[in-house]
Amino acid sequence: MAHTDSRIASDIESYLAAQQEKSLLRFITCGSVDDGKSTLIGRFLYESKLVFEDQLAALENDSKKDGTQGDDIDLALLVDGLAAEREQGITIDVAYRYFSTERRKFVVADTPGHEQYTRNMVTGASTADLAVILIDARKGVLTQTRRHSHLVALLGIRHVVLAINKLDLVDYSRDVFERIDAEYRTFAAELGLSDIVSIPLSALRGDNITQPSPNTPWYSGPTLVQHLETVEVDDDRASDPFRLIVQWVNRPHLDFRGFSGVIPSGVVRPGDRVRVLPSGAESTVARIVTYDGDLPEAVAGQSVTLTLTDEVDVSRGDIIAACDAPPAIADQFEAHVVWMSEEEMLPGRRYLAKIGARTVGVSVDHPKYQVNVNTFEHTAARTLGLNQIGVCTVHFDRLTPFDAYQDNRDLGGFVIVDRLTNATVGVGLLHFALRRSDNVHWQSLEVDKSARAALKQQRPAVVWFTGLSGAGKSTIANAVEQRLHSLGHHTYLLDGDNLRHGLNRDLGFTPADRVENVRRSAAVAALMADSGLITLVCLISPYREERRMARDLVADGEFVEVFVDTPLEVAEARDPKGLYAKARRGELPNFTGIDSPYEAPEEPEIHIRTAETTEEEAAEQIVAFLLNRPAG
Amino acid sequence: MKTLTHLQRLEAESIHIMREAAAESERPVMLYSIGKDSSVMLRLAMKAFYPSKPPFPLLHVDTTWKFREMYAFRDRTAHELGLDLLVHQNPECVRLGINPFDHGSATHTDMWKTEGLKQALDLHGFDLAFGGARRDEEKSRAKERVFSIRSPQHRWDPKRQRPELWRTYNARTNPGETVRVFPLSNWTELDVWQYIKLEEIPIVPLYFAAPRPVVQRGGMLVMVDDDRMPLEPGETPEKKSVRFRTLGCYPLTGAVESTADTLADIIREMLLTTTSERQGRAIDHDSSASMEKKKQEGYF
Repeated sequence: MAHTDSRIASDIESYLAAQQEKSLLRFITCGSVDDGKSTLIGRFLYESKLVFEDQLAALENDSKKDGTQGDDIDLALLVDGLAAEREQGITIDVAYRYFSTERRKFVVADTPGHEQYTRNMVTGASTADLAVILIDARKGVLTQTRRHSHLVALLGIRHVVLAINKLDLVDYSRDVFERIDAEYRTFAAELGLSDIVSIPLSALRGDNITQPSPNTPWYSGPTLVQHLETVEVDDDRASDPFRLIVQWVNRPHLDFRGFSGVIPSGVVRPGDRVRVLPSGAESTVARIVTYDGDLPEAVAGQSVTLTLTDEVDVSRGDIIAACDAPPAIADQFEAHVVWMSEEEMLPGRRYLAKIGARTVGVSVDHPKYQVNVNTFEHTAARTLGLNQIGVCTVHFDRLTPFDAYQDNRDLGGFVIVDRLTNATVGVGLLHFALRRSDNVHWQSLEVDKSARAALKQQRPAVVWFTGLSGAGKSTIANAVEQRLHSLGHHTYLLDGDNLRHGLNRDLGFTPADRVENVRRSAAVAALMADSGLITLVCLISPYREERRMARDLVADGEFVEVFVDTPLEVAEARDPKGLYAKARRGELPNFTGIDSPYEAPEEPEIHIRTAETTEEEAAEQIVAFLLNRPAG
Repeated sequence: MKTLTHLQRLEAESIHIMREAAAESERPVMLYSIGKDSSVMLRLAMKAFYPSKPPFPLLHVDTTWKFREMYAFRDRTAHELGLDLLVHQNPECVRLGINPFDHGSATHTDMWKTEGLKQALDLHGFDLAFGGARRDEEKSRAKERVFSIRSPQHRWDPKRQRPELWRTYNARTNPGETVRVFPLSNWTELDVWQYIKLEEIPIVPLYFAAPRPVVQRGGMLVMVDDDRMPLEPGETPEKKSVRFRTLGCYPLTGAVESTADTLADIIREMLLTTTSERQGRAIDHDSSASMEKKKQEGYF
């Protein structure tokens, strides 16, 4: 394979020139724990002469200590990197490996087969053009095989190699090979996978890896490496419409304004008409600027800097696209969502989405259905947990240019980020827009909020009381309402307990239900504020994110967050409804402060420390704050 | 239709990574170790932001024990490119005179490099640092993300890595956390050398063979670069034609006997060689999991 070329010694220059003309194939390997995946990759590296003597010496030591092959070298140890996973004897993360042959260079994503690590396989598949799916010839098509194939299809990989491994353990049986091949093709067809090549292998013995094996005279197809070297990965991205993802506005001085980014698809030349999205402004490409000089043309995959002939407004995250075939713009989509966090998805919770170089707020509705990755069945689900996949409606908080994922991974795939932890908690694959920008209208009303408020001679507000159960929220809110009422103000009090008897009676106390409880209450409060009322809301509302959502529903200055701050011990000692005692006995699961978290406000408008303040003083303070607000 | 070569793809990918990192951080910095990978990374940074200069300074975490030619090359490079160069030397090491001879290679590396790096990042408040590590260098690196989040204590937790999909990188951090970004993740050693040749990128002359004074010590050929190196009884520096496949602190970096004095010769030698690149570095030898341990402790 790689470094045996005789030209290395005799004519290094021509060897290097040939090396530079090589193409690149990115593929993933997937299989379950014992399919021999690490052994196969170890075999690639070994056969590529990429294993050096010192590594081989370390490997021999390790094989004696940790190996599973007796006195033989255990090639799997070449790729099982991390100490923790060595102890467990399984691969636990995505690892990237590099090898090359005379014709191609390869980047291999080694992805785990263990059930709880599906997210890693999705990660590895997202950049691959081809998948090698390993099957243990003794076991045939397993549940894992189905799952891997489903994910391969979902992530848009069109080319599959079915590596039927460990054939040495079934006496190189042609019948076994053909039976597995037929079974696999039947269900792969359901997934829309059509380009499938099956190869009989023994990664351990080296059969049909680089050389046709004498043990399988009945097999006339390519060896694994021959196939990987020659398979045509129809990279037709260059023939798709032009897009540039603007990453950075390049302004070295006042006379130069360029837009630096990557071209995910298409071709661009100076003089091309382009449209900037989402603004829709049109212009013409003036120059394609690079460190190595201006280019007459740039194609998919390149990173360049464009200048335009007009002074149009372009920012990071915008798309510069072919004028005659721009991406659509929308803010509501149907998408596949793959959840990757141990904390389950909270429908209605506001997360961040990063799509291309654009970060927007996003919320995801309850799944329309969950997809069983093993059987492909659609089942009902209220939310998504770790490694679950569902089809959901997603709402972006801004109009966003996009392409369907099947057409363009870069403009159709997005990652979902938790606002508090900043962890990547899931990913989405956009299919189509549910609502286009050009047909979204608000019904405009003649009598508006200010007209209604003027009649009441007050500035509307949403006064949001948050705190533990038994903190004294309702007591203080009652006192506030009495005072406001006696001063002639129009008020309404929304109490969490009361709402749970009507509007929210279908909701429990799981995190997802709490989010929905707050969402509904906040929407009602916003409507009441819109009608001109001073609306008091008493809700534990334990999560910062939902309180922020409630704040964003009303105008600046109209949301007053009141943190009723009572220490847990005090609230528990009071326990006016006997709830803490029940919770401590385990009769009330998900009780805030006991086995469910309370995220205290960081900057409430009013902070009432009940240990230091009487109810009357608190009410006085809140009323004073409301009445002293500047007119809106 | 034009198809990109492997190197063109790698270059475009690295540029995309750098632009993304610079756009998403408040105070980025590029760790500059003066070696060949740093030289390639620096060239890619010049390309990524052209015609602007890279919007970040270079940081060299110095041990005072690098080869003299490395210091000269470092200062010349920063000057010629007109870039800001910050040099950090752990003041405690300076005070205690930490060196590999009296304190051993482990303490030397840990205090100058690992602690020094943390100090420098904290001192300047950098929230993102580019490093030139490649995934093909070593097993634990193969699982490293392109954007790797470190705790406020600069620790790496291999079990809490973020999933990284497509080329959509999540660079967001919580207070105190920092990001390490590796634009050369998908490059191999051969790619680096080919790119240096193709782009005519200057590198430290120590990579080319020349007669240099060396002694045989601990299975390594060590170059006597200055008079701080105590010679053991019976050791006499000998002039040999040697070069270095990797550069670090001179007492800890093994030379190889070679006559390769052109890039093509170096690449030929690399392709025909039978030992891996890191073998010349003393820190890896204890156990094959040692790099992973070092990373968890905050080594780059």
